[in-house]
Amino acid sequence: MQAQTKQRQLQRLLGVSVLVLIANVCVHGMIFFLLRDTALPPIANAIVAIAWGALGIYAIYYSFNWVVEQYPDRWKRRILPYVFVGPAVLLLGWLLFLPTVRTLYLSFFGPNSVDFVGLANYAAIFTDRLLATALRNNLLWVFLGTTACVALGLLVAVLADRSSFEKTAKAIVFMPMAISFVAAGVIWKFIYYYQPDDTQIGLLNAIVTSLGGEPQAWTTLLQPWNNLFLIAILIWMQTGFAMVILSAAIKGIPEDILEAGRIDGAGEVRIFFRIMLPCIAGTLLAVTTTIIVFTLKIFDVVMIMTGGQYDTEVVATQFYRQLFMFQNTGYGSTLAIVLLLAVIPIIIINLRQFKKQGEY
Amino acid sequence: MRRKKKLRQSKWLVNGVLGFICFIWLIPTLGLFVSSFRPAADILSEGWWNVFPHRTWTATSEITLPEHTDLREPIEVNGRSYTDDELRAGVVVDGERLIWANRRARTLQVQEREWGASLQFTTQNYEAVLGGKQYEIVMPGGDVQTQKGTGMSQSFWNTVAVSFPATVIPVFIASFAAYAFAWMRFPGRRTMFVVIVALLVVPIQVALIPVLRDYTSLGLNGTYLGIWLAHAAFGLPLVTYFMYNFISQLPKDLFESAFMDGASNFTMFSRLVLPLSVPALASISIFQFLWVWNDYLVSLIFLGNQPDVQVMSMKIASLVGSRGNDWHLLTAAAFISMLMPLAVFFTLQRYFVRGLMGGAVKG
Repeated sequence: MQAQTKQRQLQRLLGVSVLVLIANVCVHGMIFFLLRDTALPPIANAIVAIAWGALGIYAIYYSFNWVVEQYPDRWKRRILPYVFVGPAVLLLGWLLFLPTVRTLYLSFFGPNSVDFVGLANYAAIFTDRLLATALRNNLLWVFLGTTACVALGLLVAVLADRSSFEKTAKAIVFMPMAISFVAAGVIWKFIYYYQPDDTQIGLLNAIVTSLGGEPQAWTTLLQPWNNLFLIAILIWMQTGFAMVILSAAIKGIPEDILEAGRIDGAGEVRIFFRIMLPCIAGTLLAVTTTIIVFTLKIFDVVMIMTGGQYDTEVVATQFYRQLFMFQNTGYGSTLAIVLLLAVIPIIIINLRQFKKQGEY
Repeated sequence: MRRKKKLRQSKWLVNGVLGFICFIWLIPTLGLFVSSFRPAADILSEGWWNVFPHRTWTATSEITLPEHTDLREPIEVNGRSYTDDELRAGVVVDGERLIWANRRARTLQVQEREWGASLQFTTQNYEAVLGGKQYEIVMPGGDVQTQKGTGMSQSFWNTVAVSFPATVIPVFIASFAAYAFAWMRFPGRRTMFVVIVALLVVPIQVALIPVLRDYTSLGLNGTYLGIWLAHAAFGLPLVTYFMYNFISQLPKDLFESAFMDGASNFTMFSRLVLPLSVPALASISIFQFLWVWNDYLVSLIFLGNQPDVQVMSMKIASLVGSRGNDWHLLTAAAFISMLMPLAVFFTLQRYFVRGLMGGAVKG
């Protein structure tokens, strides 16, 4: 008798679970097709999309949680954590973790992903002119861009700390950080703009001609220096980031250490190198690695400014071109893996740091 | 005493150098902003810095030539003759300059060098960029051209439709996961979390090819759902890590007393943890939102160029390609795309900085 009710209860639970699952799939599938196939006016479309995106995800959690609440306690305690982490883990697995493994696999295959070529794609990075240029430029970006960002950021942070308009100065230098690389590309394209005739409406050429120089096509014909003009955009955008974080670190240095140095008669320069720098060394390292990681994947700026032509190719743009223009999945995957290899030391540092926190 | 004087001197130096750096940092954006409000003819014929007072040629009088003047012949004005090309570029005689005011109507301008500023402003550029209809612009030399608007308002709303859900979804999913990682015990918890930490700096390029293949076979390419999920997945490691750091620091007693009162994990999460995490949620949401709003790569690959889903960064990029010399359009378009980030930056700077500090390493 008891066994029978238990079984019936189990059946009911199973039924409810499957029903909720199917209902979720159906409802969201229907909204998906509706949204994709009906032509609403843009504003209405945006509102529907937002409402579905936000409420939909809540509804999914709510309904699954409700199902699990129906289960007996022992089961509930076991299953509920997976309801909570499930979506995150599934999404990450499907769209980030497995793809990484699949890309690694693809990098050993030819353009059409059918013929196994071993390490030939990796060798091509050093022999194929396009790929080698991309790698060389990317190193230039990482080296010059990062150095300049960190150095300038540090300079502004130190200066702002002693100036009479700290807040304004920081806001001005930090502001480019908020805008997109695409917009920044337009801004700087306008500065570098070159007209073959007399009037120059681009700021840089106007300055050059007013000083008696010849106008130049800065980002295109001036190889290999054109890369530097692209890197300037990165510096303009990322210095603010380094500045904000370094500034916070400088403010964290206890005042009495600095005061002790001053009383001992050390000049400001000496205080900077002997006291401040060692104090913020950790932050400096963190900022540097962050900007390196960011610069490794630089894509938008180059794409907007030159499309990777005129020898300004970097790894990420070359990745895009191999994939969509040359239809060479093998080279594309290999370039992606090169980016991954470059960040592996940082992954290891992150994991080690995480272990040190000791919560796990 | 001497020290004080020295300090004051160095303060001048500091302010001077910093002021100079700020000036350089501000100029590019200022140029864009000013240009976007100038008439097309002005943008293309003189630099935007001419809005500031400077020595310039100012019109003093006009000469109207006979209507049937042949422009291929030398043109006679006040006893001297000029070629059409000379008059187009402007020719200087006795400190006065002659230039076409309107070549078709055969009117000439006589100009003198004076202090002046080019202070004509218009909102026409914005109307042209936002609308999709035909509009007329006056080109340098007085010609009127009809051009087609670019329909940017549609891509503005598309960007809105992409950005908000692509922020809410990962923040929501990640908060649930962070709660479970912090306060629930289950097999596999450690492994999963270590993988998430490892994925923090993985460049998204390594995921693009396989995901694109899956999307193509599932029909998710060029759909909002597709790009939400992509943005959500690419943002998840960071948001989860950020939220975990916050949620795991909440006081333990809080949870114990709530459990005593018989609260379930779900109620505890939505009634207790979420409200307490508002500062962290705000910071990371702003970070993710701006990331998505400013994104170019992900929408380039998964959303594509169809006008009904195209986002602003794609729109601007294609404008740069197809109308790279129409600066009146490009400047206005770029500024429209910057409005939201700048608004967020100026109103929520505190949260923005906090999110940035935690989230800088995003892949």
